[in-house]
Amino acid sequence: MKESTVMEKKTGMLQIIDNEGNYRRELEPAIPEELLLRMYRTMATVRKFEEISMGLQRQGRIGFYIGAAGQEACSVGSTAVLKKEDWIFPAYREPGALLLRGETVLQLFHQLFGNSLDYNKGRQMPNHFNSREKNVVTPSSPIATQIPHAVGMAMGAKITKKKEIALTFFGDGATSENDFHSGMNFAGVFKAPVIFFCQNNGYAISLPTSRQTASETLAQKASAYGIPSERVDGNDILAVYSAAKKAAERARNGEGPTMIEALTYRLGPHSSSDDPTKYRENREVEEWKKRDPIRRMAGYLRKKGYLDDESDRKLMDDIDKEIRAAAKKAEAVPKPPVESIFENVYSSMTWNLKEQMEETVGRYGPGYTGR
Amino acid sequence: MTVRTLLQSVTDAMKTEMELDDRVVIIGEDVGRDGGVFRATEGLHAMFGGERVMDTPLNESGIIGTATGMALYGMRPIAEIQFMDFIYPAFDQIVSELAKISYRSGGTYTAPVVIRTPYGGGIKGGLYHSQSSEVYFAHTSGLKVVTPSTPYDAKGLLIASIRDEDPVVFLEPKRIYRSVKQEVPDGAYTVPIGKARIALEGKDVSVITYGASVHTCLEAAAMVAREGISAEVVDLRTLSPLDIETVLKSVEKTGRAVVANEAPKFCGFGAEIAALIAEKAIDSLRAPILRVSGFDTPFTYTWENVYLPDAERVAGYIRRSMSY
Repeated sequence: MKESTVMEKKTGMLQIIDNEGNYRRELEPAIPEELLLRMYRTMATVRKFEEISMGLQRQGRIGFYIGAAGQEACSVGSTAVLKKEDWIFPAYREPGALLLRGETVLQLFHQLFGNSLDYNKGRQMPNHFNSREKNVVTPSSPIATQIPHAVGMAMGAKITKKKEIALTFFGDGATSENDFHSGMNFAGVFKAPVIFFCQNNGYAISLPTSRQTASETLAQKASAYGIPSERVDGNDILAVYSAAKKAAERARNGEGPTMIEALTYRLGPHSSSDDPTKYRENREVEEWKKRDPIRRMAGYLRKKGYLDDESDRKLMDDIDKEIRAAAKKAEAVPKPPVESIFENVYSSMTWNLKEQMEETVGRYGPGYTGR
Repeated sequence: MTVRTLLQSVTDAMKTEMELDDRVVIIGEDVGRDGGVFRATEGLHAMFGGERVMDTPLNESGIIGTATGMALYGMRPIAEIQFMDFIYPAFDQIVSELAKISYRSGGTYTAPVVIRTPYGGGIKGGLYHSQSSEVYFAHTSGLKVVTPSTPYDAKGLLIASIRDEDPVVFLEPKRIYRSVKQEVPDGAYTVPIGKARIALEGKDVSVITYGASVHTCLEAAAMVAREGISAEVVDLRTLSPLDIETVLKSVEKTGRAVVANEAPKFCGFGAEIAALIAEKAIDSLRAPILRVSGFDTPFTYTWENVYLPDAERVAGYIRRSMSY
């Protein structure tokens, strides 16, 4: 095996469900059956959505895809503790946060195809999902930049005496970025009601976490900012939920920020452009497949009597059908008209943009959508 | 009406808007009890409290990043960067984030942050307290870049910037913070963003400028007036979006253009003005468009007075234009 990527052996982490779905009763959070099943469905949807989207990418029908396989419990388990008015500042492996909040797979496909129904009007690469309605803020590709935004939003809520809190996602690589420091430091000083959720999947593209930092854990970085932290098994949705719940309560009670380090693993490549065999052994991937968060949750749900072979099979069939139908539908939606290139740069269009728009329309014709 | 310096007008603009709009907050280094290193926020902490006038840790990326988060949340933050020379740690937050939030979200999110920062030389600030790096921001779509040269405009433009739906980089020419005084109305008023001003009417040559250089150019215009040259001085007031109409109208009238600023010349704002005039008004020109600017070097301490274009240097360029 190449350099060790996961530090779980050195220090403890919260774990409630094992690989077979056995669970520790004394730690089991009280989650209603309806929500548990919704969380499970969301995780399975994210996985299937990725499988189908990667296929679309390989066929050249979308330009790019960046997956979350193996990490689904992180975004779904933490989003589940929030109220709908709370704000989420995602990176790009969190379609689960949107789906759990009721966003449709169809809307996600509109983003992947960059069509005229995409909220972003086709301006961002695939997987930069956002939804104003669902309070999931527009992400960007540069790493960690969303962290100070989440802190600022939370400071704003505190100043205006509102109850909303912020949840922000980032990876292990992000903890090396300046904005991780900026955000954590401001949150500590201003006691901002924010949850810092670090998905430590072992690699920042090719670089193992052991080369990202000499710290024993990522969670321990929080203590330098006066922020409490917790390490959890990121493939254990109950552990993620419990830690997030505690962090949300602290935030709501005016006790300030919390950092969660979730130990997880990206089963697929960094993105559709990545070849992970260059930097990690297949053996390691196989090892982590045994800890698949979806399989583990399924085991738990079966033991609780909420899921059986038949209902699971039906669920998977439904998800598959829904996603394939949505992909087909989104692909048929026309592109945004060329004029849209020049919109939303400013609240009203400036003369130089008007000039460029007129020249472009002169070439392609008004309302041109590529057809 | 009260006689105010440019600096006092900046303070008065913030005070006026904070009284009218609870969403307006100030965030920056030493802006609280200290009132800012130039005293731009003097008295505001006592008036509005520490939750609306926030002293932050020393981290520019954090100031702009958290201000952006507040603006996303619906507030109207005014972020102070102590000197424009220190804005670069926040460059990514300004250029990759703030400027692009509306565009990348299809207009579903906006972040109306005002970034106030003192800029320019003339205070013996050396390399790192003198820079004029406006062109980085004027080059970035999604940002508005505003710079006043009078107390009246400082207040009206700052209030307009705070009320604007887009992010605004508000550049304060610190050399003239206290040296220019003027009667300024009390209470709220705005000066529109994107509109230039004719600081001096003339008929022979257009001198196009902004910020502290406006006063240098007015001095130069007075010098050449004694030689019978009538120079028109155009104060741009907003660099982006640029008031191209006023620039072209002036150049079409005079047939000559000199662009003056104190930033380095190469790829500078003067190049954009010159290119626009050449593209749109070449038939009116009776002389090449000239640029008078700072040097293509970093800023300098000892020879600051030589680096900065003074009235004599500007006058020399005006004469060159006239003699063509």
